[in-house]
Amino acid sequence: MKGFAKRYGFLAGALLLNICLWIVLPHAGRASLAFTGRNVIAFLVNMAPVFVCIGLLDIWVERETMVKIMGEGAGVRGATVSFLLGSVTALPLYALLPVAGILIKKGCRIANVLVFLCASASVRIPLLLFEIASLGFGFTAVRCGVNIVIIFLIAFLIDRVLTDKDREKIFGINGEGA
Amino acid sequence: MNTVFTLCLYGVTVILLIISFGKDKKKTRMALKRGWRIFVTVLPQFGAILLVMGMMLATAPPETIEIIMGKESGVRGLLAPAFLGAVAPVPVLIAFPVAAQLLQNGAAVMPVAVFVSTLTTVGFVTMPLEMRYLGKKVAWMRNLLALLFSFVSALAVGAALG
Repeated sequence: MKGFAKRYGFLAGALLLNICLWIVLPHAGRASLAFTGRNVIAFLVNMAPVFVCIGLLDIWVERETMVKIMGEGAGVRGATVSFLLGSVTALPLYALLPVAGILIKKGCRIANVLVFLCASASVRIPLLLFEIASLGFGFTAVRCGVNIVIIFLIAFLIDRVLTDKDREKIFGINGEGA
Repeated sequence: MNTVFTLCLYGVTVILLIISFGKDKKKTRMALKRGWRIFVTVLPQFGAILLVMGMMLATAPPETIEIIMGKESGVRGLLAPAFLGAVAPVPVLIAFPVAAQLLQNGAAVMPVAVFVSTLTTVGFVTMPLEMRYLGKKVAWMRNLLALLFSFVSALAVGAALG
């Protein structure tokens, strides 16, 4: 029951809010559903290959391989791989959380998972040209340059603060059967 | 640009699927099933996030950003855009052109920079999902640090571009 509430609570709340919106402002309520409908389709189109890749990675990549590439002992190379993996994506951070989950399950270092997620949020190579076109080259260059440092800072600051118990918990929630 | 990314992603996925299928049909079917199961698990949360996004876009058109931004100057002038970026789950494809419009209309660089930064790195609406994968502690720390460093990044952009 608790799991059910956890899983559907947020969606139920959002739906309820949208129904209230519909009653108070019928036009906005309808517009919201229309927006959401269009977004859901775009989202499904964008996300379908991501989930196929998650499945393939889960089945084919051995835990040992992942640990070697992005695990505790992978060092600078592991962080670099995580950074590149994150920055080549053009999806919003929340959409990549299931990917983060599978990386954790396979034994990727937490700091590297954070590098991956933070890089995917602030240095998106496929969107760079779009950002330059909208906000200018100087803006984009400085923002990206500074953010590359920030990404690693955030990841390693959090990694330092985490206790072994915290780590166990995170690996636990993403473990087998999760 | 986003379309190019999507096409590349499809291309890579199809190639991987073909290789996988060639190697082991049963394992490939298992992989697809696994991906589907993970997708179904997170679907309600994704649905909720998209619904909040829809409500936001329906009640507050992108021009609202213009109203909220740029009333105050200095560091206080950065708080409203930072907060707006942190709570609004607006896709960058919509937000970047609005931000560009703001700059063209003479808005200061720093508030726009802090807005772009918090928009992409901080997500209070998506935090429940983040907690599900990273735990409460990491999700809170990541978002708060990202919020804090958004100011650093904005100050740098502001200092560099004046």
